[in-house]
Amino acid sequence: MKKYYLCGDQNTIFDNMENWRDYKKVLLPDIPGLHNIDVYERNGGYEALRDVFTSGKWDSKKVIDEVKAANIRGRGGAGFNAGLKWSFMPPKKDGLPRYLACNGDESEPGTCKDRRIFEYNPHLFIEGAIIACYAMEMDAAYVYIRGEYADWIDMMQAAVDQAYQRGFIGENILGSGRTIHMYVHKGAGAYICGEETSLMESLEGKRPYPRSKPPFPAQYGLWGKPTTINNIETLAHVPLVIKNGAKWWSSIGAPTHPGPFLYGISGHVNRPGVYEYPSGMLLTDLIYNVAGGIRNGKKLKAVVPGGSSVPILRADQLEGITMDADSLRTVGTFVGTAGMCILDEDTDIVKFLIRVSKFYDHESCGQCTPCREGTGWFVKILKRIDAGMGEMKDLDLLLELCDTMEGRTVCALADAAAWPVRNTVIRFRDEFEKKIKRSGVLINS
Amino acid sequence: MEYTFTQAEVQEIQKHVAKYPDRHSAIMPALWIAQEKFGWLSADAIKLVADTLDVPYARVYGVATFYTMYLKQDCPPNLIEVCTCFTCGECGGKERMAFLKDYLQTNEKGRSADGQFWIREAECLGACDTAPVGQISNRRFVHNLTDEKLRETIERLRRGEVLSFEAIPLNDQTPLG
Repeated sequence: MKKYYLCGDQNTIFDNMENWRDYKKVLLPDIPGLHNIDVYERNGGYEALRDVFTSGKWDSKKVIDEVKAANIRGRGGAGFNAGLKWSFMPPKKDGLPRYLACNGDESEPGTCKDRRIFEYNPHLFIEGAIIACYAMEMDAAYVYIRGEYADWIDMMQAAVDQAYQRGFIGENILGSGRTIHMYVHKGAGAYICGEETSLMESLEGKRPYPRSKPPFPAQYGLWGKPTTINNIETLAHVPLVIKNGAKWWSSIGAPTHPGPFLYGISGHVNRPGVYEYPSGMLLTDLIYNVAGGIRNGKKLKAVVPGGSSVPILRADQLEGITMDADSLRTVGTFVGTAGMCILDEDTDIVKFLIRVSKFYDHESCGQCTPCREGTGWFVKILKRIDAGMGEMKDLDLLLELCDTMEGRTVCALADAAAWPVRNTVIRFRDEFEKKIKRSGVLINS
Repeated sequence: MEYTFTQAEVQEIQKHVAKYPDRHSAIMPALWIAQEKFGWLSADAIKLVADTLDVPYARVYGVATFYTMYLKQDCPPNLIEVCTCFTCGECGGKERMAFLKDYLQTNEKGRSADGQFWIREAECLGACDTAPVGQISNRRFVHNLTDEKLRETIERLRRGEVLSFEAIPLNDQTPLG
């Protein structure tokens, strides 16, 4: 049996995942008023930042090494080691500014975790972002938040203003001689801006068309300067790593994909919500215990474990599967953003897929032909199947269309649109066939 | 209608310009300010932003037309958007949308006859844990929508009330299973 460790604070270590109920939250702890800097500081906030900036124990390499050792796998979906990403930054050159871009676009359907950080623990993120700027010798952090979160943008701005007043952001931070600024930027409703290079184009005041890579952001990022981009939650983990050590942090949850996780559980469950637990939770625990089971006593049909673009799982595939990259890979899906959508037995999977495809059709930026045209054809073909006008060969046509899109565009939106189609058609083929057979058009006339 | 910014608004825009190494980056914040002032982004409003920032009109127009939240047509006092995407779509968003159309008797463009409401289907609003959700005039979220809650919200908007922020508590206090 896999051995998992989990712990709530430095002194508590449990030796198996069955004790998940005893987990003590660290990202979104139950402390009233934590969004206020006074309360945050009273509860040990900004200690990590103070330590990094003033104790003399931390140089930039040490911070990066610590974060790398913790193996914070990016929480925005790709799951890349954040510390390793940081180490890709070229050596600092005088007079050449460098930037941190903080990705709060959070537009992957099913994802709603960063919203809770903006509302309940914004200073944890700010602290992490400023430490990241220190480690990578950056001049400013740009926090890009989706425009729909207008209220949360105001909360974030208020938190940034407080941190400026206390001298945690701005000129000569805590007398260290380092100057780092932080600016909040409001988006205006475009899924594509969550893509890293697209977010940079958007910040530069252009239409947010993703850029071809290479050059990667570390070489040519915001305004052509070296830039690193991280998800909001990823940066919120940084102070925890600095304060308690990489060893502590990486002992939480699944060994190869460690750390606390914000699970956004939505859909047909009794108790949807954003829950903080260690990584590597059993999907069945999350659905039946944390989220209180399927509502109205229905049976489970399917789970989309990490946002709309990750491959869907049938109920019979869940046995023993945990929320970490390795375990999910065995059933051909990913952690993504850990925004789980739970679907009950009454779900019309064809209609569900139409709506998901319609989303990608709407959000494709239109730069690359396979994506611009392909996403539209997904909707057309699926609608015709749903309307009883489909033919069996349409299912092969859908899969063929996936082939022409995956990996053939500048960014991963085409892949994100094709994965749900490919996997839903394969894993729920009988439901598509049923709709086609009912139409009676079995042979191309 | 005359399209000008007040001194205070120009200063506000200049504050945004100062945040970035390049003034083009202030196009988005300036468009937000213009939309807030004029209600929507007409060609004249876009021209005003371009002139204020001293950037080409085409550049600003390109940005304004890309994003869903920049309104390119005349917007009535209340814009109601209901998410029908992904989780919300499966948890009643589509039904709420149908209810709205019926309740407000909107035309094919989603406009109500009294000129007070405009309804739109939204793509994921990022509040899947409280599905279905709606958003009022690009700001307030209305969580866990029901027909009753929509009716009540519409009545409040008709009375000219300002909706308050609906905080969703972080933790569910019911014991875990």
